[in-house]
Amino acid sequence: MRPSAEPPTAPDLYDLAVIGAGCAGLSGAVTASELGLSVALLDASPQIGGQFFRHPAPATGAARPEALHHDWSLFTGLRRRLEASAVDLLGGHHVWSVVREGGLWAVHAVTGADGGEERAVRVRARAVLLATGAYERQLPFPGWTLPGVVGAGGAQAMLKSGLVLPGRRVVVAGSGPLLLAVAASLAAAGARVPAVIEASGYLGYARHPYALAANPHKLTEAAVHGGALLRHRVRLRTRTAVTEVHGTDRVEAVTVSRLDRDWRLVPGSGRRIACDALAVGHGLAPQIDLATTLGCATRTTPDRTTALVLDTSQETSVRDLWAAGEPGGVGGARLADVEGELAGLAIAARLRGHPARRGRVRELERRRDRMRAFADAMAAAHAPGTGWPQWLADDTEVCRCEEVTTQSVRAAVTDLGARDARTVKLFTRAGMGWCQGRMCGAAVTCLAAQHGSAEALAEPAPERRPFAVPVPLRALGSLDDPAPAPQTVTTD
Amino acid sequence: MARTPADLVGTRTGPSFEITFGDRPVPARPGQSVAAALWGAGILAWRTTRSGGRPRGAFCGIGQCYDCLATINGQPNRRACLVPAHPGDVVVTQEGHGHASLG
Repeated sequence: MRPSAEPPTAPDLYDLAVIGAGCAGLSGAVTASELGLSVALLDASPQIGGQFFRHPAPATGAARPEALHHDWSLFTGLRRRLEASAVDLLGGHHVWSVVREGGLWAVHAVTGADGGEERAVRVRARAVLLATGAYERQLPFPGWTLPGVVGAGGAQAMLKSGLVLPGRRVVVAGSGPLLLAVAASLAAAGARVPAVIEASGYLGYARHPYALAANPHKLTEAAVHGGALLRHRVRLRTRTAVTEVHGTDRVEAVTVSRLDRDWRLVPGSGRRIACDALAVGHGLAPQIDLATTLGCATRTTPDRTTALVLDTSQETSVRDLWAAGEPGGVGGARLADVEGELAGLAIAARLRGHPARRGRVRELERRRDRMRAFADAMAAAHAPGTGWPQWLADDTEVCRCEEVTTQSVRAAVTDLGARDARTVKLFTRAGMGWCQGRMCGAAVTCLAAQHGSAEALAEPAPERRPFAVPVPLRALGSLDDPAPAPQTVTTD
Repeated sequence: MARTPADLVGTRTGPSFEITFGDRPVPARPGQSVAAALWGAGILAWRTTRSGGRPRGAFCGIGQCYDCLATINGQPNRRACLVPAHPGDVVVTQEGHGHASLG
């Protein structure tokens, strides 16, 4: 491995550029490198591991980073292979665009902890592997902008790398299996977790007995979390939701209400729980903006997120552009590892012109398909119910960046005729701010669809973000090509 | 048992330097982000919104939501959840877009 922000001997052209150094990216990069390809591995973070294996910086002196993780040996195995490889690791590189230039890929990035160093970097490669992971899906509710309300994945991330908690008494809420892992971590790290508030029932899993039976490690994982929750006296309450947050400048309590099967409130069921923080999230959404901007085909997952369509070798609908892990549908670290290896093998076979090892490929494909089946079952069990917009008050902010209220979004739909998130954005600015709709997109899409048609929850339109991250004008100006930027540049 | 995250992972070193938030000293550990140091001191908000003037802080924790924007060493719009804390860093509450001085 050549870990450097600017390798002095970096080749002008790599065989493969891998975007994202989480499980999928690490696996793809080391597999391809071990087969003789020259590989650049880019990640926004200076550290490898992505979100799942996020860990304290070495300077923290943590002797047991594995205490906050499952499957830590999966990460240490990949790390060892990376260290022994010739992969050029480009940490602190925020990729903002991938474009086709004369039959090759150009990957554009800005550098620095938060992309603020304003140094523009372009990496050219014959193939690109997108291993960009996911971010947490949020649904708004009254009080969710109050300090002390944090993403469930956000609380986990801040704990894993920063060794801090958002409060001493933290309610965990939303939907999805991540909530159990977050509650277990927070409790193990010293927080009191009075309850996990899950909007779905866990009975949904029973409808997929084959997917469960074929994935025994998932049951083990559930048992480990379940055991931790019992030990810390954390109550799991299904078919409930946080429907209000109390406090003036920070969280003082939440109201938890019972839900029916469609996630509509059961009147009069509200109950107050005292807490000083709330960790909330509704599953993960694939991070695919670099791909959709290139026109890659997408599909709607069983929990109504948008993921990339991939062939059996992990290639997207755009030739020489591959994806592994969450961009193809959220499925966790082990699946990401398998898909990364499959992609690495297929890319090496394409570029070197020799066939991939059939036996290994078949075994990996079997493991991938089994884990994908489980991921689909899990997604179906936690798909948002149609009744959640009923939790909203008129003044609840739907778009956190632009402070756009429910009332404004509904007015855009009922009075101005908006029928999709994009039109709502043009009328109200919802989704036009810093996060580019990553936090409010799911909710706005749903509110726009619900008013206009009988369709309960439309699939979100794949967002095109020609700039995947904010890019300083100075960085754009420093590019030497006359026309290096993407073809489509919008003004919003 | 009053366990802490640092106990859990067996951290050998304690907070070893300080940053300031407004006029308040805030202890920080090597390798922590600015947001993590602030959370460690019980501070959850370091920005006010452009129209409502409402307090905000870290939300997504992974650099996606931009709610944690802070003015760090005079520079506004830094993502506090990504920027590592350095000894002597001066963090102040970012008001609105952070460019009030531009008029």
